[in-house]
Amino acid sequence: MAYSDKLLDHYENPRNVGILDKDDTGVGTGLVGAPACGDVMKLQIQVDEDGIIEDAKFKTFGCGSAIASSSLVTEWVKGKTLDEAAEIKNTDIAQELALPPVKIHCSVLAEDAIKAAITDYRSKKESKSEAAE
Amino acid sequence: MTTTKSHWSKDAPLYLDYQATTPTDPRVVEKMLPFFSERFGNPHSRTHHYGWDAEEVVEEARAQVASLIGATPKEIIFTSGATESNNLALKGVGNFYKDRKNHIITCVTEHKCVLDTCRHLEQDGFDITYLPVQENGLIELDKLAAAITENTLMVSIMAVNNEIGVIQPIKEIGALCRENGVFFHTDAAQAAGKIPLDVDDMNIDLMSISGHKLYGPMGIGVLYVRRRPRVRIVAMINGGGQERGMRSGTLPTPLCVGIGEACALAEKEMGAEAERLKMLRDRFHAGINERLSEVYLNGDLEHRIPGNLNLSFAYVEGEGLMMGVNDLAVSSGSACTSASLEPSYVLRALGVEEELAHTSLRIGLGRFTTEEEVDYAVEKIATEVTRLREMSPLWDMAQEGIDLKSIEWADH
Repeated sequence: MAYSDKLLDHYENPRNVGILDKDDTGVGTGLVGAPACGDVMKLQIQVDEDGIIEDAKFKTFGCGSAIASSSLVTEWVKGKTLDEAAEIKNTDIAQELALPPVKIHCSVLAEDAIKAAITDYRSKKESKSEAAE
Repeated sequence: MTTTKSHWSKDAPLYLDYQATTPTDPRVVEKMLPFFSERFGNPHSRTHHYGWDAEEVVEEARAQVASLIGATPKEIIFTSGATESNNLALKGVGNFYKDRKNHIITCVTEHKCVLDTCRHLEQDGFDITYLPVQENGLIELDKLAAAITENTLMVSIMAVNNEIGVIQPIKEIGALCRENGVFFHTDAAQAAGKIPLDVDDMNIDLMSISGHKLYGPMGIGVLYVRRRPRVRIVAMINGGGQERGMRSGTLPTPLCVGIGEACALAEKEMGAEAERLKMLRDRFHAGINERLSEVYLNGDLEHRIPGNLNLSFAYVEGEGLMMGVNDLAVSSGSACTSASLEPSYVLRALGVEEELAHTSLRIGLGRFTTEEEVDYAVEKIATEVTRLREMSPLWDMAQEGIDLKSIEWADH
């Protein structure tokens, strides 16, 4: 199977590997996938006061396409608002990396990871404001 | 003739997949060459020199194969490969004796060509028992003995497993079969030329061999069929009645010469080669264990051919690892290049958890593997596993002491 240069670059030189403090209220964490299926993605976003994603980190257990997909989305979400980030579609990821058809599920997982991180951030913020009331 | 000592260069990945296929030994190729364009006769032609010449070398080859397994030349049937041999053994014996007995015992870790043939026989009314294996990949003799009934026609158990390299207790199985008047077939594709085999000592009635797994050419194999006591089979391919009516079709003289020479070389060099491979295998295993923790060997270490390692690297995914070690030609236990993620059925049969089955590599060492290659591969794998673990959320969780089974994963 021939992979695109972009995919290989993200696999060999992944961007933004790492972890953010999941207990920080400004951090949203998304953990998607399952070890038994061969893919687990953990995507974290650091959101500033204005609701802009200022940093993103990932850790992924999976094939090269899964690693590249998560690396790519950490680049994409930085600087975006939560609503903008939520609009990233798996098809955009698949197209950018030229994923082969059998690897489309990796891009779906990456989209799910962004959404899960956003959801986590928002629910943390809500419970915080509830607590403040 | 160049002596190809290694198949490793800047342009070609380092070959560590000797259970998939072996390069044809240059000495074998040399023996085969005259039989393409110069001595090209049909070995079944009886009226001229070309035919007689070809027949003579084919019979020499038959004797060379027979000698490797302690058989007589007349018991050697040439086929197109081990898949055909396994089909012929199971269907041939099955169909000949089906009016008397129709129960066949095999095991869950057999090669697909045995399992699939058994499925077909089941549809034809045969009763098949699939024995489980223990955690180490070996069958339990008690379970085999208990499975044998008055209706049992044949036991088919592979000598060496193609994924995990474990050696089944062939001699004990043979004795058990003989005691009970049951035919014993063994798929020896991975065993012939690697470990000593003797059809009489082991009470083997039928044995499948593949040319390209023992440094011979692709496209040829052998089925050994015992003559005393006689095993009868119904042919699958009908025609001119070659191979004593069991397998019609013109024999491919160069391929016969090739598998014959490959067997002769194996017989001569097996002992020294096994010792060398065991040294390399142990060096590989020790090297990996020195650099990495949480690496698990799949299959028994002691009852194993020297040229095989099957390792699971916890917390990294097999396919991702394969991409990182793409200058090594190895095989992954996880066939998840398809949309349906399917870990190896052999590893699953051992009770290897799906997570670990997804992270396994099969490393096959062979005749042309060097110490330098082993050291390179160990370094490469260790570096890549370390890199991928640093990127793995599962590795982090394990380091924090989180039990991965306690997490409710969303299946997708």
